[in-house]
Amino acid sequence: MTDRLQRLGRSAAPLIGGLAILAFWELALLITNPDGFVLPPPSEILAAVFDNWEAVFDAARNTGFIIVSGLVVGVLLAVSAALLVTRFRTANEIITPLAVSMNAVPIIALAPIFNAWFGLLSPRSNQAIVVVLVFFPIFINTAKGLTQVEPSQLELMESYAAGQWTIAREVRIPNAMPFFFTALKLSTSLAVIAAIVAEYFGGRQDALGPLITQSAGLTRYPEAWAAVLAGTMIGGILYTLAGVLERMAMPWHSSVRADRQSN
Amino acid sequence: MTTHAVAVNSASKIFNQGKTNEVHALDEIDLTVDDGEFITLIGPSGCGKSTLLRLIAALTKPTTGHVEVKGKSAEQARLDQDYGMAFQRAGLFDWRTVSKNIELPLELMGWNRTDRARRAEEMLELVKLPEFGGHHPSELSGGMQQRVAIARSLSFSPSLLLMDEPFGALDEMTREHMQDELLRIWAETHTTVVFVTHSIPEAAYLSSRVVVMSPRPGRIASTINVDLGDRSDDTREDPAFFEKVTEVREALRAVESI
Repeated sequence: MTDRLQRLGRSAAPLIGGLAILAFWELALLITNPDGFVLPPPSEILAAVFDNWEAVFDAARNTGFIIVSGLVVGVLLAVSAALLVTRFRTANEIITPLAVSMNAVPIIALAPIFNAWFGLLSPRSNQAIVVVLVFFPIFINTAKGLTQVEPSQLELMESYAAGQWTIAREVRIPNAMPFFFTALKLSTSLAVIAAIVAEYFGGRQDALGPLITQSAGLTRYPEAWAAVLAGTMIGGILYTLAGVLERMAMPWHSSVRADRQSN
Repeated sequence: MTTHAVAVNSASKIFNQGKTNEVHALDEIDLTVDDGEFITLIGPSGCGKSTLLRLIAALTKPTTGHVEVKGKSAEQARLDQDYGMAFQRAGLFDWRTVSKNIELPLELMGWNRTDRARRAEEMLELVKLPEFGGHHPSELSGGMQQRVAIARSLSFSPSLLLMDEPFGALDEMTREHMQDELLRIWAETHTTVVFVTHSIPEAAYLSSRVVVMSPRPGRIASTINVDLGDRSDDTREDPAFFEKVTEVREALRAVESI
C-alpha cells in the first residue's frame, strides 16, 4: 500500500512540476499581456492542436514514420557494424576510421544534398539523414560495450576453451547492452531533431517540418507550436519505449533492479 | 614413471621480444607440482608469478621451454578443461544469477539442465551460500562473490585449481575466513592448487610448499616446505607458523636485495 503510494508520488512529482510550469507560462502571459504573439500561451497551443487536428495528426504520422523507420534502419546498421568491427580486425580497420570521420560531418548540412540525390519531395532523403545521424552514437557505444570487457572474464572464457562466438554470446553482447541502450535513448531525441530539421529542406510537405516553417511564416504561431508539441510527444513516446525495451532486455542490470526493488 | 599435476621445464617468457619495450618476465623456470599439493607462488610485483600461472593455464605461451599439465601439453589440458581458474576480481557475470554463473562452465561442456542445477546446488552448499542461488552477483558482498567464483571454478570437478590472488581485494577478516574455506574445500575435493599471492602469512598458512620468486627476470629464488599439519585458528597463533612466516619473509628480503 505504501509502496503504491510511493510509486504514485514518484510519477506524480514531475507531472505536478510540469503543470506548474505550464500554469506559470499561462499566467505570466495573461498578466504581462505582451503585444506580440510570438509566444502563445499553452491554452492557445492546445486549442490549435484541436482546431487543426487532422493536419497536425497527419504531419505527426508522416514525420513519425520517417523517425521510426530511420531509427530502425540506423540501429540495425550500427549494431551489425559494431559486431563486425569487434569480431574481425580488417573490418575494424576499414569501418571505424570511416565512422569516426563521418561523425565530423555536420550531417544536417547534407539535407539539401540528399534532397538532390533522392528527389526534393521524397521522404527517402529525410530517412537517410536520420539513419546517418543515429548510426554514429549507437555504433561507437555498442562497439565500446563489446570490447570493454573485464580481462579476467575473457581469460576465464578462454580457460573454458570457449570459441569467439561463444564469448560474443555469453560475454560481449550482454556486456554491451547497457552501452547500447544508453545510446538508443539518446538517439530517439536525435532522430526527432534530425527528421524535423531535414524536413525544413525538403521531403513530403504534409509533415511536421513544413508545418512549422509554413505556420511560422504565416505568423500562425499557435499552429507552429502545436507541431513542435507533436514532435515532443513523438520523442517522449520513443524514449519511453526505449526504456521499456531496456528493462525487458536486461532485467539483471543494477539500474533496472534498484528501481524494481524500491517499488 | 609418474606424471606430475604440473611440470614446467626451463620455461622462459619474453614479452614484446625484439622491441624497445621488451620485458623478460620469466627466465628458465623449472617447477613440478605433485597431485594433491597446495603450492603458492609469492614474490615482489614484476616477478612473473601471474605470468607463470598463465603459462600453466595456457592463456599465454612460453617463449622457450614447455609446460605440461597432467602429462599433456598445457594447451591440450586447457582444451580438455583440466583446470579451474579464479582471479583477484571475482569476474562473475552480472546478467546471470549466482546459480547460472556456477553453471556456465557446465553449460559450455554440454551438461543437461537437471545435472547442472543439481551441481550448482551442491557447489553452493560447499561454499556455504545455499540460499543465494537466485540472486544476482551485484547483490552479494565481495567475499560472497569470491566464494561464488571459487564454486564456479570447482563446479566441473577439475583436479587442478589455478588461483591468481583470489583474496587480494578482501578485508583481513574475510580473507582469513576464505582461506579456511579454501583449505576445507581442498581437503574435501583432493584438488591440486597453484595459488598466487603477495601476502606472506597467506602463503605460509595455505600451502604445503611456498615458491619464492625474484623479479627482472622472474626466477625461482627458493622453495620452502611448510608442514604445519591441519590448519585451524590456533595455527595462526602457533610459533611454528610464525617461524614459517619469518622464513618466507627472509627469503623475500634476500630477493629484494639482489
